[in-house]
Amino acid sequence: MSQPSEMSIQERIKVLWRDHAMSREELARLWRENPDFAAELTKGLWRDNPVFAQVLGMCPMLAVTNSAVNAVAMGLSTLFVLVGSSAMVAYLKGWIPRQIRISCYVIIIATFVTVADFTLQALAPGVHKALGAFIPLIVVNCMILGRQEAFASKTSVSLAVADAIGMAGGFLFALLALGSVREILGDGALFGVRLFGPDFEPWVIMILPPGGFLVLGLLLLLFGWLKERRERLILRLAELEGQAQ
Amino acid sequence: MSDLLWIFISALLVNNFVLSYFLGLCPFLGVSGRLDTAFRLGLANIFVMLVTAFCTWALNTYVLIYAPYLRLISFIVVIAGTVQFIEMVIKKLSPALFRALGIFLPLITTNCAILGLAIFTTNRGYGLVEGLVFALGAGGGFTLALALMAGLRQETELSTVPDLVRGTALNLITAGILSMAFMGFSGLFSAT
Repeated sequence: MSQPSEMSIQERIKVLWRDHAMSREELARLWRENPDFAAELTKGLWRDNPVFAQVLGMCPMLAVTNSAVNAVAMGLSTLFVLVGSSAMVAYLKGWIPRQIRISCYVIIIATFVTVADFTLQALAPGVHKALGAFIPLIVVNCMILGRQEAFASKTSVSLAVADAIGMAGGFLFALLALGSVREILGDGALFGVRLFGPDFEPWVIMILPPGGFLVLGLLLLLFGWLKERRERLILRLAELEGQAQ
Repeated sequence: MSDLLWIFISALLVNNFVLSYFLGLCPFLGVSGRLDTAFRLGLANIFVMLVTAFCTWALNTYVLIYAPYLRLISFIVVIAGTVQFIEMVIKKLSPALFRALGIFLPLITTNCAILGLAIFTTNRGYGLVEGLVFALGAGGGFTLALALMAGLRQETELSTVPDLVRGTALNLITAGILSMAFMGFSGLFSAT
């Protein structure tokens, strides 16, 4: 996880507010125009991606990604639960006592998961059957509880929703990446559409559990490699700038 | 009797919770650095699973027939409460065991293997004895996978691999190979 070197705009406004440095109307206006909204929205997609950068939420990640359709259904359910519970936790943060906050978060999350479970059962019974026990298991997805504890319980409702959409989007992206690779290699298809001719011999192992571990391991390697390359590039740039001066 | 044996073996080896259902991956990847801690966590897990199986059965039989939509919420609350309660009891009765289990006991609450166990037990309609045997098998399977992984990781720590691969990526690929080995057990029993 990369740490921002300077304070976020939100924190800087808070400091000014505390120190009475500027007129409060001016600060309130700045707060409303706060561009952090976009930053919170996009950070989860790549830089702080819950799966590739933080290695959270591995259980549903591996269990349901044997086809791209299942991966999308799981991703959307998680999106619903994360956005709903983040908004609720951010709204209720003043009323939740610190000592029992984790239990409160878990109950809020479990409520939204129950709604998602019944909705999916009513709208798409086939997918619900394929995902099986893993929809109820969203409750213990450590990524969701982690976002409540680390972010939603400390911020405003709108920022919490932005963060939740970004994080769940990043999760969906990771699920889709894993699900597509496994379906293409293991079944020769994507979203059920055949990609190769009849001569294609499916790599059945990719759909079976070991394939999940292997593909996720390789995807993490790819992410690590891209990150390292970027860091090397930044170092080299700094070096060149130093020479130019 | 053979039914119970089949449930046990199935949960222990053939449908191992970690390696074929992907439940409890967080402790599997996080706490498998050393063999002795892995073993202790496994034992704590078996214990909590047995208690959970009993609570699940009691809830399903006496409470949830009146309010099925409360299933998930009541399971998670009961599991969290039970773990908290067990922690206090062990602390009072046997401080030595409490020290041995350490931080792992509270962490078990957020372990998806426990909730997974409760949900599977309900979905398959297991009774009390079947549920307890299933919990024993699942917990044993979890301990087995964790201990095997810890042993493998202690070896890979000493070998030379590129820095980029070290860490989660290497652990996942190792787990993949371990999972492949466990697939061999699927021919152990003819499908019943």
